[in-house]
Order: sequence, then structure tokens, then C-alpha cells
Amino acid sequence: MPDYPLTAESIKNQFKRAGVRFVVALPDRVTSHYLLKGILADSDFHVVQVCKEDEGVSICSGLYAAGHKSVLMMQYTGFLDSINAIRGVAVEGHFPVCMVVGLLGKEPDVAPTKSKKYGVKIIEPILDVMGIEHSLIERDADAAQIAAVIEKSFADAFPSAILIGREPR
Amino acid sequence: MMKRDEMLRVFARQRKNEVVVAVYMAAQEITHISPSDLNYTFTGAMGQGSSHALGLALGRPDKKIVVFDGDGSLLMNLGSLVTIANQAPKNYIHCLCENGCYETNGSVPTPRAGQIRFAELAKTAGYRKTYEITELAEWERELPKILNAEGPVFVTLKVEPGEAYPENFPRLYSIEHREKFRQTLAKS
Repeated sequence: MPDYPLTAESIKNQFKRAGVRFVVALPDRVTSHYLLKGILADSDFHVVQVCKEDEGVSICSGLYAAGHKSVLMMQYTGFLDSINAIRGVAVEGHFPVCMVVGLLGKEPDVAPTKSKKYGVKIIEPILDVMGIEHSLIERDADAAQIAAVIEKSFADAFPSAILIGREPR
Repeated sequence: MMKRDEMLRVFARQRKNEVVVAVYMAAQEITHISPSDLNYTFTGAMGQGSSHALGLALGRPDKKIVVFDGDGSLLMNLGSLVTIANQAPKNYIHCLCENGCYETNGSVPTPRAGQIRFAELAKTAGYRKTYEITELAEWERELPKILNAEGPVFVTLKVEPGEAYPENFPRLYSIEHREKFRQTLAKS
């Protein structure tokens, strides 16, 4: 689907470029169909499916302590549900938890803070208050920065957020 | 019923080079009873110990990871039993210090204290082997088998407070100790 603005392949390739082997995930409606299923079918990745997103914050932290890079894929609802673990484990504990957050319901090419969807609108301000850097990914050109974001997160030993603004196909 | 510090002393005597992930009272006590740079106490939020340990177990399948979890903590992250069983790490030993209360937070009883068979929950979730241990002699006798068993293994340990040890929260969450842990694990 070459005319589609954001491809799952471009995101997956960025994970690989950053040296990510472990993908910790709870299915997110924005990314599950093309991206997560593609990752599940790719033997370069080890997928850890969690029952609740805050588990993933800690699994990624344990993996970091054991010398591995990972990402945590979840819907924005899971991010909101995991705030205390993100606060206590990732921010205060300085663990580089790279969160890939699907903004379900965000209108295409509308800034998240301008979304009519309340849950989407509050995500960036919450990240700002927590001091977590975030990047909005809506096109393949945006996706090209994902590897650098992950690498910086690990270099700084601090969490980061990659916000997926439309369904990658 | 075992005194928790006596239970940990038995473990310390048999410990080789296992990574220990411990939470709350067990975390405070393990740093005194079995000091090691491979003690991981940086769990950051209640209920998260078993999940940190899963990350460690998947990242270092050559090392035994022993978790000393709490019943209040596990109740906060029950789904982790299913997540862990689904990954089925052979090097994962999940010890539950069941005291029936939130000891750090004023010893208020946990919901249905003493009436939940946590080992049965773990078995249903898919842990390979489960134990329920109430006596120190039994713990001492079974521990070599537990440490050598193929995981994930779940052990309910019925405990009560023993001797009091000085609390040191800065040590538990110290980033310097976490970095020392990373370096030590990388070399071991």
C-alpha cells in the first residue's frame, strides 16, 4: 500500500535499527492489525504479551537491567492506567522504558492537544509534566526518527514516548 | 508459620549466584541477611516485582532469578502470573511471602487473608511446579529441589515478622546500586 502515509514496515525497521529485540505489548487498536501482528510473525523479535500495561513498564526495566533494549506497545488508555509505574519505575528509577502509544480516535493531521477526544488531548500535557520526551508519528518521514528516539532514551537511561497518530498499514 | 528473617537466612545459606528480586519487607531484610550486588530492589511501584523479575529472566536465561514477592503485592498484579506462565522462563522461581497483611502500611489485613490458595492460582495460570510451605525445616529440605527445578516455579511461604531490621529506602531505590547491579550481572 505505497500511497498510505504511515507503514508498519517503516516502524518495524526502526525498531530493528535501534537494536530492539524484545517487544512487550498489549494489543492497541491503532497498531495491532498491521504492526503488532507483523512483529509477532517476525522471528527477529521476541514478543512478551502482557495482561496489563504496567507489567510492561517493569518487564522492560528488568530487560534493561539484563542488558537488552525493548519497547512497550500500548494504547493511550494503557498509558493512562500505568502512570504510577511509569512515575515510580521509569521516571524516578531512571529506566529507559520506550513507550509506543497508539492515540486511538485522534483525527488525522490534527495535533493531539487539539483533538476532540479528551483522552487523546491530555496525553502530551501529562508527558510534559512528567518530563518525558515525546514524538508524534503520522507519516513514514516521522517514523524515520524512531531509532534515534530509542537510542537517546537508552543513552539517557530515561523513558520516552513515541505517539502513533494514525494506523500504520 | 515461619519467621520471615529465619526463612531468608535459610535461603542465604543455600544461595549460590542467583539474582534475587525482593519487595517491601523482604527487600529491606535481604540486604542485611544476604547482601549481594545481585540483589534487585529497584521495583519502584507496588506489585511490580514479579514483572521486573520476568524481564531479568528473559534477558538472562542462564541465571536463576528468585523473587521474594508479597501477597498484597501479588494481589495488585495477579495478571503477571498468566504473563509469566505464558513466557514460561525455566529460570524463574517465584516465592510468595504470605503474611496476610500490608505489613509496611500498618499491617492492615489483605482481602480474604489466609483464604486464598495462591499456589493454586499459579498452577491454574500455568506454572510448572508449585509448593506451599509453612515450616522452616520443610523449606530447608525442599529448597535445593526448588532451586534446581525447571521453572516457572511458585512457592507460597507462610511467614510472619521476625527480628526487626533497619529500613533503608534510599538503598532500595538507589540508581547507583541499580547501575552496580547491571554491571555485576553483565560480568556474571
